[in-house]
Amino acid sequence: MARINSPEELEQFRKELLSTRDPSTPCISVCAGAGCLASGAAEVIAAFRTELETQGLTARVQIKGTGCPGFCERGPVVVIYPEEICYLQVKPEDVPEIISQTIKEKKVVERLLYVEPSTGEKTTYESDIPFYKHQKRHIIGSNIKIDPKTIDDYLFIGGYSALAKVLFGMTPEAVLEEVKKSNLRGRGGGGFPAGRKWEGSRDAPEEIKYVIVNADEGDPGAFMDRALLEGNPHSILEGLIIGAYAIGSHEGYVYVRQEYPLAVENITLAIERAEAYGFLGKDILGSGFDFTVMVHQGAGAFVCGESTALMTALEGRPGEPRPKYIRSNVKGLWDRPSVLNNVETWANVPLIINRGADWFTQFGTEGSKGTKIFSLVGKIANTGLVEVPMGITLRDIIHKIGGGIPGGKKFKAVQTGGPSGGCIPESLLDLEVGFDELSKVGSMMGSGGMIVMDEDTCMVDVARYFLNFLTDESCGKCVPCREGMRQMLKVLTNITQGKGKAGDIELLQELSEVAKDASLCALGQSAPNPFLSTLQYFRDEYEAHIQERRCPALSCKELISFYIDPLKCTACMICLRQCPSDAIIGGKRQVHVVVQEKCTKCGTCFDACPSRFGAVMKLSGEPVPPPIPEEDRMIARESKQK
Amino acid sequence: MENGRVDQIIDKHHCEASSLIQVLLEIQSENHWLPTAALKRISERLQVPLTRIQHIATFYKAFSLVPKGRHEIHLCMGTACHVRGAPRLLDTIQDLIGIKPGETDLDLKFSLETVNCLGCCALGPVMEVDGKAHGKMGPAMTADVLKKL
Amino acid sequence: MNQIRLQIDGKTVYATEGMTLVAAAQTAGIDIPTLCHHEQLEPYGGCRICTVEVDLRGWTRLVAACVYPVAPDLVVRTRSAKIDKTRKMILELLLAHAPDAWELQALAKEYGADRDRFEQEASFCIHCGLCVRYCDEVIKKNAVGFVDRGTRREISFIPEIAAKECWNCKACFPLCPTSALQAAYVLCQALNAPPPPSLPPE
Repeated sequence: MARINSPEELEQFRKELLSTRDPSTPCISVCAGAGCLASGAAEVIAAFRTELETQGLTARVQIKGTGCPGFCERGPVVVIYPEEICYLQVKPEDVPEIISQTIKEKKVVERLLYVEPSTGEKTTYESDIPFYKHQKRHIIGSNIKIDPKTIDDYLFIGGYSALAKVLFGMTPEAVLEEVKKSNLRGRGGGGFPAGRKWEGSRDAPEEIKYVIVNADEGDPGAFMDRALLEGNPHSILEGLIIGAYAIGSHEGYVYVRQEYPLAVENITLAIERAEAYGFLGKDILGSGFDFTVMVHQGAGAFVCGESTALMTALEGRPGEPRPKYIRSNVKGLWDRPSVLNNVETWANVPLIINRGADWFTQFGTEGSKGTKIFSLVGKIANTGLVEVPMGITLRDIIHKIGGGIPGGKKFKAVQTGGPSGGCIPESLLDLEVGFDELSKVGSMMGSGGMIVMDEDTCMVDVARYFLNFLTDESCGKCVPCREGMRQMLKVLTNITQGKGKAGDIELLQELSEVAKDASLCALGQSAPNPFLSTLQYFRDEYEAHIQERRCPALSCKELISFYIDPLKCTACMICLRQCPSDAIIGGKRQVHVVVQEKCTKCGTCFDACPSRFGAVMKLSGEPVPPPIPEEDRMIARESKQK
Repeated sequence: MENGRVDQIIDKHHCEASSLIQVLLEIQSENHWLPTAALKRISERLQVPLTRIQHIATFYKAFSLVPKGRHEIHLCMGTACHVRGAPRLLDTIQDLIGIKPGETDLDLKFSLETVNCLGCCALGPVMEVDGKAHGKMGPAMTADVLKKL
Repeated sequence: MNQIRLQIDGKTVYATEGMTLVAAAQTAGIDIPTLCHHEQLEPYGGCRICTVEVDLRGWTRLVAACVYPVAPDLVVRTRSAKIDKTRKMILELLLAHAPDAWELQALAKEYGADRDRFEQEASFCIHCGLCVRYCDEVIKKNAVGFVDRGTRREISFIPEIAAKECWNCKACFPLCPTSALQAAYVLCQALNAPPPPSLPPE
C-alpha cells in the first residue's frame, strides 16, 4: 500500500474504494466486540466462512467481524447488508439457514428477529428495533459497518476527511475555535470544556506538548470506551491528530487498560495501518505536520484513570495523583503542557469538524451539547451501550430503550457516574440527562455508566460496595482518603452486618466532609458520593439496618433468614436436595424446615423452589417462626389437589 | 526467567525508564510472575531504584511477585456484575477450588483473583478463565467450566 | 525577583514566585502545622494537616498549604471553624494508628482531637513518607520504599540494601514521628538475618 501524500490522493483512493465496492453485494457483519465474542461470535464467524466456502459463495458474499454496535444483551449480533436485516443471539447452527434463506433467497428467518417483550411484535430492520430507534447513534453507529482490523472500511465511510480538511483548510486557531464553539465537554467524567482545555495548552509557551487518550475506563459497569477503541480505533486517532494540530503537539499517547487486550490489539494495528497510509508520522498527507503516537498499557489500577495519576504512570511510576493547583494542560506529562481527553471526547472531534459546530450544538441541552454513550447495565431488560442526545430523560432511557426491569420487579434506583457518582431514585426519573443536571441531584455523569437497581438491591450494601472498591483502589498517599475511607468502610460493613449503632450516620457524614474537603485528588474527594446520595434518598434503609437490624431489600446476609412457609410447602424435596449445607430437614410428604443454625444464607433454596409454590421466603428484622410440631408436618395425600 | 530474556525485553523498549511498567507487563505476561532476580536486573539496566520497582509491582494488580497457577481465574466484581449476583459466584468458586482471591492452590493449578471490571458489563456476572471471558454465569455453569479444566 | 503580594490571616505578605504557602507564611511568622513536610525534601502533600482556606477570583477553596503556590492578591486563612474541624478529624484518624506519637499528641491538644475516637489500628505508620523520601532525595540509597496501595499501603526495607547501608546511617530514624520505621527496620533485619547454626541432634 503506497503512502497517501495529499488530500487529492486521499479522495482518489476513496473514490476507488467506493467504485470497487458494489453496494448490492451482500455483506454479513457479525459483531466481534468483546461482549459478543464472550457469547460465541468467533464460532459464528467461523461457521459463516466455512458455509460460504462450502457453497462456493466466498467471492460473492462478504463476511466480516465488526466493532460493537451496543446491543450486548442479544449477542451475537448479525446484520445482513444491503437490506440491514438484523438477527440476534445467532448460533453457529443458525448459519446454514441464514445463508440459504436470507442470502440466497432474500427471505427473513423470523425466529432470529428482535421480539418486543410486551407485544410479541417482531422487527426486521436494525434501525427499527426499539433499542436502536430511540438512540442518536452519531458515534457508535459506524461500529457495525467497520472491520476494526482494517483501515479501508473507515476510509470507505469517509474517514480521515476531517483530518485533510483541518490540515489543508484550517489554521490551528480555527480548529480550536470550532471545538470551543461546539461546547464539547469531556466525556470521561469531569465534563470540562474541551476547547478551553486545548486553549490552555495552545497558549502555554513550551515547545514540546503532548496529547493523550485516556482509555483507562476503570468505572465498573462502563464499557463504551472499550467498544469505541475496539470497534472504530481510527476515529479516535483522527480526533487525536486533529487535537495535536490545534495545540501544536507532535507526540501522543494512548493509555489503555491491560484488562482490554482486544482494544490494545486493535489500536496498535490501527496505528500501524495509519502510519503505512501516511496519516501518522512525518509530513502527514504532505502538510508538513508531523505526529507520532504510542500505546501504553495500564497495569490494573483504577486511580490511573485520574488524569495526573495517568501521566505519572506514563512516566513509569506508581500511579499517584498530583495536586492540580497548576493544571496539567500547562504542566502535565514530564511537566509539559498535556491535553488529556477521554476516548469518546476524541471520537467526537472528527464529527465536529466534518459537520460543523452549528450542527453539533443542535443536539443536547444548553449546558451539555451533543450525544453521550451510556452503558445501560444491571437489572434492565436490554443491557448494552446506548447513544442518546443529552436532555433525554432517564425514564426514556430506562423504559423506551432499556425495556424496563425484568422479572416483574420494581425499579429502585439508577447509579450513574461510577464510584464517584450517586444513585437516583424513581421520583427523579424525569430528569433530563446532562452534566449539571446529574450533579444537581447528588450524582454525576461520570464516564456514562448507568447501573439499574431493583427492589432486591440493598442501598446500604451499594454504599458499602463502593467504599470497598475505593479502599482497594485508592493510592493511599493522603490521610483523608486512605484513613477516612478505612473507617467509613468499617462502619458501613458493621451496619450491613447488623452491628450498626446510634451515631454511625453522623460519623459517616463527618468522615465524608473531611474526605471531600481535604483529599488530594478527585478519587478521595468524590469517594463519599455513593454514601451521601444513598443516604439522601434511602435514609429509611440505613435507619432500618441500624435501629431494627432489618434489611428492607432482604439482601444483607447477616440480617436475613430463610423460612419455608409450611402452608405453601408441598414437600417436593427440590430445595432439600440442593441445599449445599444440608440445612433443610423433611422428606417426601413431610413439610421442609430450614435448620437456622446450619443455614449459610446462600439462597439456593429460594431460587430452587418452583415459582408455583413460592414456599421459601426471606425474613428480616423479625424473629423466625419456630418450626411447626413434627406431627403437623405430614402432608396427607387427600388434601393435595392435582 | 533468565537475564538474557529480561534483557531482550528491556532492549525492545529502548531501555527507557518510562517504559518500566510496559517491561514488567511483558515479563508478567510471559512468565506469569515477576521473580526478584528479574526486578534486580531491571533496576540495574534502567537505572531505577529497586524501591520504585517494588512499589510498582505491588501497586498495580496486574503483577504478581509469587508464581501463579496454570489457570488464572478472574472474577469480575464490578458494579453491574455485583448487582447481578457476583458475590454468590465467588462463594461457589471458593468452595469448588478451595482458595480465596489472591491465592493459588497448592498444586499450582488455579489462581483466583477478583477484578474490578472486565468491561463485559452487559453480560454480568462475568468470569474470565485463561483470558477467555464467560458471560451470564450462574453457580452451576461455573462448576461446569471449572471441572473441564 | 518577582514579588507577589498576598494576605495571610489579615497580614500582608510579600513572597517570591514559586513559593508555597507554608514557606510564605513562615516569613510572616505564621506557623501552619505540618507532619509530612521537611525543608530538605520536595513538598509531599500527603498528611493534609496543613489544609488552609484560600480566596481567589471570588472562589473559596481548601488547599494543602505545603504544595499550593503563592498567587497575587490571594487571601489565605490558616484557622477557621472548617479548618479546625478538618485538622481535628485528620488527627483522630492518625491517632488510631499512633496514639503515643509526641507530635500528634501536641497537635491533638490544640485541636481537641480524641485519641480514642477510632478503634486502635494494627500499624503505627502514618505514611508521612519522610523516611522513604529522605532516603531517596538526600541519602540517595533507596533502602526503604512504599509497597501496595490504599489501606494496604506499607513501608518496606529492601533487605540487601538495608544490610549494607542502614547500620551506619539511620539518618531517617529521628525523622519518624511514630516508632513504625524503627520497627520495620528491626523486622527486616530479623527476617533476613542468617539462619542460626543447626542444633546438634539429641
